[in-house]
Amino acid sequence: MTTTTLTDTPVERDAEGFFVHPEQWTETMADEIARENGVDTLTDRHWQVINFMRRTYLETGSAPSIRTLGKVSGVPIKELYQLFPKRPAKLAAKIAGIPKPRGCI
Amino acid sequence: MRPRIVIIGGGTAGTLTANRLRRVYGDSAHITVVDRDDRHVYQPGMLFVPFGLTDPGRLVRSRRAQLHEGVELRLAEVDRIEPAEDKVYLDAGEAIPYDVLVIATGAALLPEETEGLTGPGWQERVFTFYTLDGAVALRDALRKFEAGRLVVNMIDVPVKCPVAPLEFCFLADWHFRQRGIRDRVHIDYVTSLDGAFTKATCNRELSGLLADKGIEVTTEFNTGQVDGPGGRLVSWDDREVPFDLLVTIPLHGGSAIIGRSPGLGDEIGFVPIDRATLQADAAANVFAIGDATNVPTSKAGSVAHFEGETLVENIRRFLDGRELEPSFDGHTNCFIETGFHKALLIDFNYETEPLPGVFPEPHLGPLRLLRESRLNHLGKLAFEWVYWHVLLPGRPMPGITAQMQLAGKDLDASAIERSTR
Repeated sequence: MTTTTLTDTPVERDAEGFFVHPEQWTETMADEIARENGVDTLTDRHWQVINFMRRTYLETGSAPSIRTLGKVSGVPIKELYQLFPKRPAKLAAKIAGIPKPRGCI
Repeated sequence: MRPRIVIIGGGTAGTLTANRLRRVYGDSAHITVVDRDDRHVYQPGMLFVPFGLTDPGRLVRSRRAQLHEGVELRLAEVDRIEPAEDKVYLDAGEAIPYDVLVIATGAALLPEETEGLTGPGWQERVFTFYTLDGAVALRDALRKFEAGRLVVNMIDVPVKCPVAPLEFCFLADWHFRQRGIRDRVHIDYVTSLDGAFTKATCNRELSGLLADKGIEVTTEFNTGQVDGPGGRLVSWDDREVPFDLLVTIPLHGGSAIIGRSPGLGDEIGFVPIDRATLQADAAANVFAIGDATNVPTSKAGSVAHFEGETLVENIRRFLDGRELEPSFDGHTNCFIETGFHKALLIDFNYETEPLPGVFPEPHLGPLRLLRESRLNHLGKLAFEWVYWHVLLPGRPMPGITAQMQLAGKDLDASAIERSTR
């Protein structure tokens, strides 16, 4: 766990860069986290997913899977891979300032 | 007042729940199980069918015969549950009222949810052993398979028995070695996960075994499309894996009954419940057990068995107007067949990763955890008898408690993953 600074505010993130305390996140931090991860600009479509991730996490205590995102977020899976390359569910969670999605078994 | 308890589903979880409730209540509760047919399949046996290691006919028995004679079995299709009315509606329109409802509807396979999976090539070069018919068809295809790429694809979690795809790879390796053609068959295990298995300690042991047996592992592959005629898997991010024979583990979801029942299921049809009491979020008099729930542990018969104790106690408490007991800890216990008459055994719960050690008795064992042994394999074979004669009747297993025990396990603090929830 390390403390880093985002938009001049210290935040705690785990070794992979996921927020430990989602309440430390602010909307303005999202752009900076996105850039750290190779996503240059956050469009409305990105925000639709980010807001959905955050809302789901805060309501249910767990981050939605890629399958859930494809079904419920309003953004199809193919597009999710274009918006958040390689690992959409993980990357969107990181930018949304919520802990790493726990793969169930 | 004789409470009316209705259980939807006469599989592993529903059957053991009915029999346990009958033992507690005798004639003082009316217990009804609803299922669409009278065929109870011993699902752990399906893994062995493709290799000719078991006869498919012996895996199926009557559901009726597994239930205590004081339990009513209704053979009917359920349309939906109306939790606000405390009623289960059957397809024919009849409503069954309940005081307590137990949802034991299991998990459903959704192969049609993956583009192309059930298209051309399905049951010709694309198979699954997750149904009995599929396992038989795969057996016939494997017999004729002489050379080429065998791909085993776990499309995404959650799935029933998440170790079964790995066991299939191990048994396939053994099968082709016995036939003397292992050098002509390439086996590739393709998974959406970032390792062979999600539990870190277990992943280490299993990855070593896969490497020793020359089984390739392709991770973080999210299958978007299956091209049967072209023999390739295509991921959402346009990677490809070629195959000559594909063994797929299709996407799973909850039962369609849950999808038709207002407010009961999550977006893929599993029932959100309290993970320690098993009470449904949707209604205080609704509980769920086994594969039908959303609890973060394996979908496995052992889980249903361990949940059974908590469930029956909490149904009693609910009917008596007492507080529920948060006693289910996520306990899971799985044998993992590794071929050559050997198996591994793992034992874990919500908070503790599978650890090495001995089981069930500290020091004595006799089974070894997280290590291959012949005795573990014999344990797996013996489990078939235990399933019909101890687990389904809802009897306790001698020496094996519902809560996971740390005694007997090699405790390395770093290996204990504390749940963040």
